[in-house]
This record gives sequence, structure tokens and C-alpha cells, in this order.
Amino acid sequence: MPNFKLRVNGRATTVESWDPAQPLLYVLRNSLGLHGPKFGCGLGQCGACTVLIDGKATRSCITSVKQAQGHAITTIEGLGSPEKPDPVQAAFIAEQAAQCGYCTNGMIMTAKSFLRQTPHPTAAQVKQGLGRNLCRCATYTRILAAVLRAAKV
Amino acid sequence: MKRRDFLRTGSAIIVSFAFDGAFSRTMPAQTSDLGKPVDPREVDSFLAIHPDGSVTIYTSKVDVGTGLRIAISQMVAEELEIPVARVTVIEGDTAITPNHGGTGGSTGIPQGGVELRRAAATARQALLKLGAQPGANIGALLGGKRLNLKVDPNAPLKDPKTYTIVGKPILRPDVPDKCTGRNVYVQDHSLPGMLHGRVIHPPSIGAKLMAVDESSIQKIPGARVVRIQNFLGVVAPDEWAALRASKELKVTWTDEQGLPGSENLDRHVRESAPDRDETIVNKGDPAAALPSTAKQLSALYVWPIQSHASLGPSCAVADVRAEGTTIWSATQGPHGMRANFSRIFGIPEDKLRVIFLDGSGSYGGNGNDDAAADALLLSRAVGKPVRVQWAREDEHAWDPKGPPQVLEIRGGLDNDNRIAAWETHMWLPMNIQGNRPLVSVDAAGIMQPHGQGAGLMSQNGDPPYAATNVRVVVHYLKGTPLRPSNLRAPGKVANVFAVESFTDELAAAAGIDAVEFRLGGLTDPRALDVIKRAAEMIGWEGRPSPNRRTNGNVLTGRGFAYARYKQAENYVAIAMEVAVDRTTGKINVRRIACVHDGGLIVNPDGLRNQIEGSILQTLGRALHEEVKFDKSHVTSVDWASYPILSFPEVPSLDVALIDRPSLPPLGAGEASTAPVAAALANAVFDATGVRLRRVPLRLEAPLKA
Repeated sequence: MPNFKLRVNGRATTVESWDPAQPLLYVLRNSLGLHGPKFGCGLGQCGACTVLIDGKATRSCITSVKQAQGHAITTIEGLGSPEKPDPVQAAFIAEQAAQCGYCTNGMIMTAKSFLRQTPHPTAAQVKQGLGRNLCRCATYTRILAAVLRAAKV
Repeated sequence: MKRRDFLRTGSAIIVSFAFDGAFSRTMPAQTSDLGKPVDPREVDSFLAIHPDGSVTIYTSKVDVGTGLRIAISQMVAEELEIPVARVTVIEGDTAITPNHGGTGGSTGIPQGGVELRRAAATARQALLKLGAQPGANIGALLGGKRLNLKVDPNAPLKDPKTYTIVGKPILRPDVPDKCTGRNVYVQDHSLPGMLHGRVIHPPSIGAKLMAVDESSIQKIPGARVVRIQNFLGVVAPDEWAALRASKELKVTWTDEQGLPGSENLDRHVRESAPDRDETIVNKGDPAAALPSTAKQLSALYVWPIQSHASLGPSCAVADVRAEGTTIWSATQGPHGMRANFSRIFGIPEDKLRVIFLDGSGSYGGNGNDDAAADALLLSRAVGKPVRVQWAREDEHAWDPKGPPQVLEIRGGLDNDNRIAAWETHMWLPMNIQGNRPLVSVDAAGIMQPHGQGAGLMSQNGDPPYAATNVRVVVHYLKGTPLRPSNLRAPGKVANVFAVESFTDELAAAAGIDAVEFRLGGLTDPRALDVIKRAAEMIGWEGRPSPNRRTNGNVLTGRGFAYARYKQAENYVAIAMEVAVDRTTGKINVRRIACVHDGGLIVNPDGLRNQIEGSILQTLGRALHEEVKFDKSHVTSVDWASYPILSFPEVPSLDVALIDRPSLPPLGAGEASTAPVAAALANAVFDATGVRLRRVPLRLEAPLKA
């Protein structure tokens, strides 16, 4: 079975995939046990599967394991833990910016990438920056508050 | 931490608990729990008081992202006078949780929480008899023994004036895990030897399976076809293999054309033969009174079929074994699922265990129960545990749907502009006893109930305002297209849209300000409170509508709507400000103000979160959502063809809560859903003079200058 060398959350790892076109999402979830990224649509429309690839928010449901090879991949587990959350995670917790939480991974990972490019955003910029991530519980006002809070830290 | 420190420092300390991770959270059930009482008459069924003073709550009510978990922990901790951080919750495990109802109809707190509070109050009395002292370890008094007590409906409750935990915005225990990728969803559950399964739904509803070419997937490692009559699935050890196999398997189906199509659906609904008519409100004689009223109006309002459209497609894991079957599911009714599946699949209830795990928000009966049946069928066929997650198109096409609603209202005002006559006709799918049919069970040719129900859909069809003659007639139809299901604020969402739009139409016909008109028809001080405060919050300027004011190509306006949910529960008023682009017809919602009175507030932040989400989700339902279908299948099967509210559309949102500590707590998942669409349509009318009566609300552009 073909092997793929990945760098995930700072650690080098090798995964097997019978199909080089297998989306990174399934490799992360099922081969590496990283369940933070979620399957939402498989179409790149909702953002629930978002990870950082070389620091940039990327939809892992439409990125193949082959394309991801050789790049630095960060999942939400790699940012922080409940005991030691990263500043964006801490801001989401402080604002209670979740209901079911299925979109939360994508919101936080997209916010990480967005805040790196736009460290001092306006509310309108946050809405646009996260504009392609969907939240069916519509917890948007809290997510907005959380991203603005993270930007102030 | 000692109790008195906890009490003195209040919620600030509790916040730090959440951050250091020492907070209550849902724990997997301990095997030692098996065999514990589950009879809802017994205190021990709901509560276990451990020797170290910590407490476990057992409940059939589940937290589907609503914040129920922390709220019921607060209610129990308050009565037992222990810190909320000592409370753990186990939800919806049929082997160990008492069945005191499924989750729905906003009953989590008013019914589930209140029952848990009663059990805790009963326990408190027993502990006091054993000599419990304030702040002492209540667990030490019991030494791990059960209470062996019946729940006492008359057990004295704490005086709300002395509350120190209920009413505090304590942080939810699940949020830190959800924000760090640690929360375990049913989608994340796996078992040794588990296979991944996919169900191949037919291209047309009701299609028969003609032929399957298994050689078409022979190159996909480990992929295997499962066929049971017209049920078709694939399993594989690898999820991607199962997914690819489901897409690449060559299948021939019959072509069925049994649907009417979503074009002109309201006409189809209104022209369907009713099973029966029922007059549910009958006061005076509106038909006789109407012709002699000073001003008369009539209007037709249409609400389309909508999907739960869960962000994560439905998922379940099933493990069918000779010694017993276990299903892990995010269903809102684990006990109901066990009873239904026991009958359908011939598994005795004591050999069937359903365990709730968190899922993607469901907002009613989405595809979770169907996915569980899929997983059970596949696991039984292959003799291994099987996880099934639906594809995006499965969820959008095959979840049972919020049914279409059509309402016709006629009304008249007297010379003093009071409502003299009001008549509502609504068309709804009839209720048929029994569970909703499951897609794969029908396909597999297994007998099952074919019940029909989508919640209490006929409520709020009458105006909450003083009216001399009122009649509400329901035309119950044998069915409506696609399987009907409960979807947030079932029925009420469209009924309040119609009633509050029509109220606005009457106010406009009378030339009276919309808020003034409403206040004039109400006497209940709680109703007056929410309306006046919402008007204040948005800076309501009293004047009749419409009032077209153009600033370049932009028209602005404000709208109002009010409802008392189910005419008996929460009071909600919503004011909204919109801007309409005259050239494109695009409706931009700028500001929303909401005032909500739901009795006693258990957790104000959790309550606020529910109301905010409910309003914004419904804004998306009102602006965008409509399930489209042709004669054979649903055609709106992704987020492009079935858009929901997107981030850039989010308005400024201000929610005010009214606390009534001496009154019972009401649920909050649905009430604020009800007035959203009418407030929006009324604001668009104010801005443009165009009355939108059909959801999704869309303006034809360009608007006349």
C-alpha cells in the first residue's frame, strides 16, 4: 500500500493509503485518530473539516493525502487542550461560542488563519473572513465576539 | 472547595472551574451502573450520591447543543446544596437512565429539569433526616448506599429567593472540549473490528432495485455489498473505501415519479382532499360578522418544506450480537428508538441498548433514527459493528422534513379599528398514530409502523389580541410530500408568520402604528412588557406603515412581531430593522431586538445562546430555505442549492431576558423562532410597501422608485 509522509501537529508520521486521492480528512480522523476535523459535506462548502496547511485554512475534505504530503498540517488538537487552550480557543470558550459544536473546529481553524493575515479586524472583516464557514445552530454572534476577543489578546 | 467559599464567590469561581478542566461533564457510563433502578418513580433512578459527595444525574433528556446539561446540573445542585462542579450527567442510555420522555418541544427544562429537581428535593429531605449539615459531605451520610425512596411530588423546594446556583451564567461543561477537538460525537465513536457503512439511496423515492453489478467495485479494498430487497448498502474496513464503493457501484433502479414537485406546492396542498376538518378555536361567528365590519382583508401565507439540514450528516454505530444489540446514536429519543427498533427488528427490549452520544445539532427529528436503522441492518448482515454516516446529499434529500404549511386568513376591523372578526384556515398533514417510518426498513421489506406526526402544529393560529369573533379551522390532509417531521417550533413558525403578518396588515389598513395596534389588543402585563421593551430597544418610532424612505437605492424600514408560544408559554417580542436594495431586491437585516420572558431563568447565558441561535437560524429559514424537488426526488441536496444563513448576513442582535423567579421555568429552544419571519416581512413592507406572504421571502427587483 502506498505510504505518505505527513507532518501533523509538529510530528512527522507516515500513513498508508490505498488511494492517493483519499481526502486528508479521513486519514486524520481514521488513521491518526484526530477527530477534531469533522465531515460536513465533502464538497468544500461548509468548512467543518478545516485544518491549517502551512498556516493557511484548508478544507481537508477536498485535499488529497497526496497533496498534503510534505506540508505542515495543524489540526485543532494541535492548537491547545481544554486545560491549556490556545488564545483563539480560549476566546471561544470565554464567549461560549458553540452550541452543538460541530462547526466549531472549522470556525476556530479559519479564525486562526484569518487573524494571522488580519490581526486587528473590524466586525465586518471577521464576518467576511469566516464567511464561507456555516453554523447551522447559527451561533454566529458569539463566534464573531470570540474572534474579536482573540484579536485583542 | 468548601461550600461556603463557593457560595460567597459565586459564578466567578465557577468560571475558573471550567478553565481548569475540573468541571462536570458527561461521563461514559460505568459498568457498575448496570442494574441500577430506572423506574421514573424512584429517586435512585435519577440520582446517585457518591461517597465523596459527588452526584451523578441520569436522564432520558439529551443535550443536543442546547445547554441542557449545565441547566439541569444547576437545578439539581441547587436543591442538594452542592457545588455544580460536583455534578456529572449521563444522558439517554436506555440501560441506566430512567425514561421520562424524549427531547423535544422545549421540554428539557420545564419537564425534565423540573422532574430532576423534584427527585433532588426528595433526596434533600431524606438527607436532612439523616442529619445533613450545610456544607458537609452529603455522600458520607449515605456511604454509597442508595436512597430507596419514591420521588415525592410534594417535597419542599428551595425558595427561589435563596438561589445561589440557579440563575447564574455558569459555563457549559462541553464547550472547552468542543473548542479543542476533544468532545466525542457519535461521528467519532469507533469499536474494535468496526466497519464503515454507506447506504445507497435510490435516485427516485420508492424506487425498486433491479440489478447490482458487484464487479464494479471489486478493485476497492474490502468493499462488500449488502442487499436486502430494495435496501442497498456497502461496508468496508476503510471509510473512504466505503464511500467510493457507494459512489462507484453500478446499480439499476426503477424510475418512480410519485411526487407533485415543489413548484406551486401550496396549490397542491390546498387542493389535496382533506381527511377531515377540525375547528379548534370557535368564538362568536366571524363569517357572519365579517361582511358588516368597517374594513375587511384576506390573505394567503405559504411556508415551504424545510430540512433540518444538520451540519454533520446523521450518523450511528450499531453492534448486533447474539447476546445483545447496542446502538450509539445522537437521536433525541433513545428510549423511543429502543421501543420502536425492538418491535421492528424483533429484538427484546432487554437485549437492545441505545446510548446517546453528542451529534450535530438536530433541531427536531432529523435523519439520526434512519442512520441508526441503516447501521443495525448492516451490522446484522455482516456480523460486525458498523458505523454509518450519511453523505451530504443523503441528509438534504432523505431527512424527514418540516412539512409545508398554507394559511388563509380573513379579518375585519370595526369603526374603532378593533378586530371584530378573524378566521384562519390552515392546511396540515394529519396525525397518524405510530412511529415515523424509517427509509431503510421500508426498503428492506420489514414491517413497521407508518405513523405521521410533526409536532403540535396547529397552535398559535389565532390572534393573541382582543377579537370579538374568532375561528380557526384545520384542514387535515392525508399527507403532504416527503416524510413530515418535527422541525424547530413545528407549525408555530408558520402560524405566527401568518398571524403576525396579518395583524400588521390590519394595522396598516387602519393607519395605526404596528406596536400601538398590538398594545391596544392586549391586557396581559407580561405581553405588554416584552412588546414595550423590544420597541424601546430598537428605538421604535411610532407611525403607520409603510413609510418609504429612499437613500439612493436603499430603502429602510422596521417591523415588529409578538407571540406567546403555544398561547400558553413564553412571551417573545421581536423588532427588526431592514435595508432593501431597490435595484437588486436584496434584503439586508441590519438590527434585531428581542425581549424574552420564559419564567424562571436557570442559566441566563445558556438561555441567551439558545435565543440568539434560534433567531438567526430562523432568519435563514425565512430568507433562504426551501426544499426543492421534482417528480422523483429532492433536488436541493447541498449548501449551494439549499442555502442557510451565512456569516456576512448576520445582523446586530440584542436580546433582553426577563426573569420571573417565582414562576416555573419554560423551555427556550423554540419560542423565539416563532415571531422572526413576520417581523422580517413586516419590516420589508414598512420599507418598500410590498407585502411578502411567501417564505422564503424574496422581493422582485427592481422595485419601483
